[in-house]
Amino acid sequence: MTQFLMFLINGIAIGCGFALVGSGLVAVYRITGVVNFAQGMFAVVAALSATSFVAMGVWHGLAELMAISVGGLAGLITGVIAVGKRGTQPLTALLVTLAVGFLAYAVEVLIWGENPRSLAGLDGRAELMGVPVQRQYLLVIAVTVVVFVLLWLFFSRTYLGKALTACASNPYAARVVGIDVTRMAFIAFALGGVLGGIAGVLIAPLRPVSFDTDVSLIVGGFAAAIFGGLTRPMMALLGGVLLGITEVMIQAYGNASFATMGSLVFLLVIMIWQATRRPTVHKESV
Amino acid sequence: MSDPAKATVKTPASQPREHGVIEVSDLVVRYGAATALQGVSLSVGAGEMVALVGPNGAGKSTLVDTLSRVVRPASGHARVKGRLAHVPEGRQLFGELSVEDNLRIGAWGQRDRDPEPVYEVLPDLRDFARRKAAALSGGQQQMVAIGRALMARPDVIAVDELSLGLAPKVVSDLAAHLRTLNSERGMAVLLIEQNARLAFELCSRAYVLEAGRMVVSGSCEELARSNEVARAYLGGGTGDEL
Ligand SMILES: Nc1ncnc2c1ncn2[C@@H]1O[C@H](COP(=O)(O)OP(=O)(O)OP(=O)(O)O)[C@@H](O)[C@H]1O
Ligand SMILES: [Mg+2]
Repeated sequence: MTQFLMFLINGIAIGCGFALVGSGLVAVYRITGVVNFAQGMFAVVAALSATSFVAMGVWHGLAELMAISVGGLAGLITGVIAVGKRGTQPLTALLVTLAVGFLAYAVEVLIWGENPRSLAGLDGRAELMGVPVQRQYLLVIAVTVVVFVLLWLFFSRTYLGKALTACASNPYAARVVGIDVTRMAFIAFALGGVLGGIAGVLIAPLRPVSFDTDVSLIVGGFAAAIFGGLTRPMMALLGGVLLGITEVMIQAYGNASFATMGSLVFLLVIMIWQATRRPTVHKESV
Repeated sequence: MSDPAKATVKTPASQPREHGVIEVSDLVVRYGAATALQGVSLSVGAGEMVALVGPNGAGKSTLVDTLSRVVRPASGHARVKGRLAHVPEGRQLFGELSVEDNLRIGAWGQRDRDPEPVYEVLPDLRDFARRKAAALSGGQQQMVAIGRALMARPDVIAVDELSLGLAPKVVSDLAAHLRTLNSERGMAVLLIEQNARLAFELCSRAYVLEAGRMVVSGSCEELARSNEVARAYLGGGTGDEL
């Protein structure tokens, strides 16, 4: 039983990582209608940057915050490239984000090399209801909860958040009232970068990160995000956690090599379920 | 509430046009290969109420979209002095947001986002302030769209299809609101209307746009007397029939 609870908490923590990557996808998709395939790259860039900052002697904490800013910057740059030109179709922008992701490989390999790098996180274990848990897992879960609460407050309570929702809900009307929709799309990408960056610096202590880690992150993040039809952050959190638990349980009680396949099957099932329930509506005609 | 059908036009028939709040000259707008406006000129003076009528596809919406910078001109000018607010065709609310949030987004770029002054003009909005805009009826949505435009405290408001899909009572109420805002606050109005009779009664001057060209313009009284315009837009000759 203790072991099961341990796996459960591991699964939740891993799932939180997926959820954070997924929330970045949701932020960008909601506001711009673009599926951002560079989302995993933001996490990788932030994680690798954090290892460099720490190596330079920057304090832990500050190094992670700086790395998250780098993630935000990567998001902004991706946004400018993908949707900076007025009238770019979401499908075109999707392809551009895919290309940006590949281009980033070259930059990452140049700066950090090909070998995986790891980041020191919180050491040691804590007792949680008699279950020993790695403290880094608890940190991941706590930060994720805070981030999702802040995200919810941002979209539902702040003027800028509502304006971003307005751009998503009716881009034409947003232009009519004078909102610069392209600039709002940049903000969305920067936000996606920050969220990806948070995921990256939290995950790096759990598993070494290399330039191509983004593939597994994007698969997990996409599965989480699609759980909420790519538009609902809270459903992405739920989806991510379910996926994380599934993966860890398959690893623990089944065959470890099936873990990623498990998430792909999960993704497939969710997509079929979503497709039969309703088409993923992005714009509404009000 | 006064019935606009009975009210008389209060604004002076002519205004100094060279100092207009809206100055459109030789405007050309294209959608890809198709030309929607081919050299259109129009002006709206400060505090003036001007109608723009014309058949479907004439380019009326394109003209106001250009004024609010949603559409870019291929050549010519569409200048606005002061603040323009645009009530787009088909209401175009932010369906997921509450009515109050729709209003507040209307004040984008401004410091004062208090919806109270708009509630004073359109008290009905207060009753459904917390409801999602998507959950309102067409007429209620049109009221929100006008309220959202008023939030910008505009010097001129461009209303694209005031009466579309609305009950006559709602239309006359909204028309009365516009008239009040015009006479009390000096807000200029550019009114696009399929119901030319209503437009001519409300406004002092009118333009007739057909297939991307301005074909006639003049005072509404003159236009209503012109047989051609009356036949095309007022349903029949110059008669007084309803
Ligand atoms: N987004 C667009 N893309 C391509 N063509 C367009 C677009 N919007 C309008 N048009 C074309 O431009 C012309 C003018 O359209 P516009 O909507 O301005 O007319 P309108 O006078 O407002 O018509 P209505 O009375 O039906 O609202 C039409 O021929 C229309 O087909
Ligand atoms: Mg129109």
